[in-house]
Amino acid sequence: MDPHLLKKLNVERNARRAALLLTDLGDGRDRLLAPGDEVAGALGEAIERSFRSGKSMSVEVDGRSYFLNVHLPPARLVIIGAVHISQALVPMARIAGFDLKVIDPRTAFATPERFDGVELLAEWPEDVLAQSPLDSFTALAAVTHDPKIDDYALQAALEAGCFYVGALGSRKTHAKRVERLRERGLSEEDIGRIASPIGLDIGAANPEEIAVAVLAQIIAALRQRPMVSA
Amino acid sequence: MDIVDETRDPLMIAERWMGEGREVAIATVVETWGSAPRPTGSHLVIDGDGNFHGSVSGGCVEGAVVSEAAEIIREGEPRMLEFGVADETAWQVGLSCGGRIRVYVERLG
Repeated sequence: MDPHLLKKLNVERNARRAALLLTDLGDGRDRLLAPGDEVAGALGEAIERSFRSGKSMSVEVDGRSYFLNVHLPPARLVIIGAVHISQALVPMARIAGFDLKVIDPRTAFATPERFDGVELLAEWPEDVLAQSPLDSFTALAAVTHDPKIDDYALQAALEAGCFYVGALGSRKTHAKRVERLRERGLSEEDIGRIASPIGLDIGAANPEEIAVAVLAQIIAALRQRPMVSA
Repeated sequence: MDIVDETRDPLMIAERWMGEGREVAIATVVETWGSAPRPTGSHLVIDGDGNFHGSVSGGCVEGAVVSEAAEIIREGEPRMLEFGVADETAWQVGLSCGGRIRVYVERLG
């Protein structure tokens, strides 16, 4: 392996960018590719498949053997709102393997006592997301009910191409939210991507059950997502 | 903040070793058949003294890969290794789970 490529690959991984190391198993030469890089023919198709599925694979093309090692960032879940549902969602999502972050500017809610051992930010989403932007490997669930806190985060998530965007609230609440997001200049297509009412329809009746419904919906979005783009 | 765990991630460790002037080999699972313990793309990294991090199986064949790596570091030519349950003697350097894997081992640099 080329030492420079190893360094570059590690930089990409640490920056949460998708990358693929292509190795010619015949002569040992390797190349580092990003999603969308042009590679012709059957090899290019295999590379696209690998990026989409997140699966590394060996392929034979024109009598040559290649190994495609794809590195996708671990899925992250950003929760807007340090509320009761979040207290149930955090431990479940952690077990499912998500990187977690909880944001709520209301210091009465965002206390370490309520959220032990998770990255908890008692700040406005505007400030946090300016420091660490969202990306297509991130899910965002907005559960505060408060437009002042949720709306900006929802807009940022849609603009960043988050693989899942969910918002808590009744149909009536969501209708008003749709109006506000339109005024913010979001397209109907973007607004239509918001999962609301949030969570799979399993008749969830309390915060813990709603957390199950939300996590299941996020996993469905993660595993059934279309081709990723950086 | 770094996303990748520097203390456990094989490719981060390989980069650090390289920076310290150590010789390094990288082993990668490139193909699996049947029930294989580690998925395609998994890495084991080995230095010139036989220190290693990561895994290409559940601990069944790492020893064999580490000893091959010493020669690969010396000679510089990559090798393709194959492990499976071929016969009764395979227990020593085989996969007890009944799967079969191909492992590509190359020198870094």
